[in-house]
Amino acid sequence: MTTLTIDHVSRWFGNVVAVNDITMTIGPGVTGLLGPNGAGKSTLINMMGGFLAPSTGTVTLDGRQVWRNEAIYQHIGIVPEREAMYDFLTGREFVVANAELHGLGAKAAQKALATVEMEYAQDRKISTYSKGMRQRVKMASALVHNPSLLLLDEPFNGMDPRQRMQLMALLRKMGDEGRTVLFSSHILEEVEQLARHIEVVVAGRHAASGDFRKIRRLMTDRPHRYLVRSSDDRALAAALISDSSTSGIEVDLAEGALRIQAVDFGRFTALLPRVARDHGIRLLTVSPSDESLESVFSYLVAA
Amino acid sequence: MYDPTVARLTYRALLGRRRALILSALPVLLIVISVIVRGLVGTDDQTAADLLGGLAIATMVPIIGVIAGTGAIGPEIDDGSVVYLLSKPVKRPTIIFTKLIVAIAVTMVFSAGPTLIAGFILNGNGQQIAVAYTVAALVASIAYAALFLLLGTVSRHAVVFGLVYALVWEALFGSLVSGARTLSVQQWSLAVAHEVTGGSMVTSDVGLPTATVLLVVVTVLATWYAGQKLRSLTLAGEE
Repeated sequence: MTTLTIDHVSRWFGNVVAVNDITMTIGPGVTGLLGPNGAGKSTLINMMGGFLAPSTGTVTLDGRQVWRNEAIYQHIGIVPEREAMYDFLTGREFVVANAELHGLGAKAAQKALATVEMEYAQDRKISTYSKGMRQRVKMASALVHNPSLLLLDEPFNGMDPRQRMQLMALLRKMGDEGRTVLFSSHILEEVEQLARHIEVVVAGRHAASGDFRKIRRLMTDRPHRYLVRSSDDRALAAALISDSSTSGIEVDLAEGALRIQAVDFGRFTALLPRVARDHGIRLLTVSPSDESLESVFSYLVAA
Repeated sequence: MYDPTVARLTYRALLGRRRALILSALPVLLIVISVIVRGLVGTDDQTAADLLGGLAIATMVPIIGVIAGTGAIGPEIDDGSVVYLLSKPVKRPTIIFTKLIVAIAVTMVFSAGPTLIAGFILNGNGQQIAVAYTVAALVASIAYAALFLLLGTVSRHAVVFGLVYALVWEALFGSLVSGARTLSVQQWSLAVAHEVTGGSMVTSDVGLPTATVLLVVVTVLATWYAGQKLRSLTLAGEE
């Protein structure tokens, strides 16, 4: 059982704070590190992998310091986001080299290549691989020594749906085996499909931690803003404001639309078409005005 | 201290098609010029010494040292593929030492070998000129490889800095300011070559004891420091 502990870790580059006082514990199973682009996920993963020193705080694996500790890599497998990976080698040569650097041989490399189903292309140069194939060979190189902790930085980037499903199944299996698997992503649906436990990072801060469904509910239950145009805006506004699912409605004369703030997402989405039908009002436009992932994350930080 | 897998990866990266062509360009040029000079001038010791000293030792060896020394690690750090070496339980000084051995070997093969051939073409090793400059090239290969490997570890502009050192400091300042010659790998290696062959055709501005001490100190310090820098190498994210 491997536990990665991030204890009051901050990292700044000059005046820019990339990671701000984050404390989290990553245990066995699959954990998703979720956050918008530029949130500090890669910085955090680089510190977890021992490639960046925290400005303050500590990163430890079962109590052992990660930074400047080569021996720790017997237990860590890393799948970096970057593409570069000795393109002049074949997939097999690359994985064999990774195995040898762990003191293992070609047998371990072959097993890892079989795990990621890359045997069919193992003798082709890496330079000829598609992004998904590269990703799988990177996985093989990270798995070759049977690590108890697997760190993956945006592993699904550029993968087609089939490859994505395969990798997800593989990671799920590794989590079920009791390994500690942490992957980063900025796509909610990816995390939803794979991780029960998530850590959310926004603007370098730890925004949320815990069960995915609870956090998803928190995201869903936040106040939603809608822009609505109808055949009779004022009548619609009067009918909607009497319901507890709305907290404010503005008649925007310039736009010729209603700006509605809903506090109960589920109830409001059922209410709106019903009220319109009951009052004989035609809905012309219903558009959510703050559905970007960034706004969802910002809400979480404020919550 | 030596890891055969790191060595294999470094050799393959250094001797890839394009880099091998670049590494071969100057040696081929040296040999071609030697053939032409021999054809035009005939066997002349002074001409041989001038050409080997001016083109081989002063220009070719440091440039090949820059390509091999910085190329042994710089591109891996630049593109981030070094992460596959660093995420292994291999000691950082072992990685540096192995890469140094590879860089030295490549520099020696591409600089000392052609120097010897050119020397024999020019005057058939008369007054041991070919052997003397080959010894100088071998000795300089070690120090250049160590210096430029360190540069490749600490700077993204290692090739530029390396060329500035090799061409501006050693060639230009070395010919204008006598003090600069004391701090020149080229002069140290010539001091050793002079001692080995005892000939008057190979001379150095630096005495053998100073040259030897400086060669050892520079090589050892540069290698040690590169190992330390690699231990705390930071791989910034793409964010």
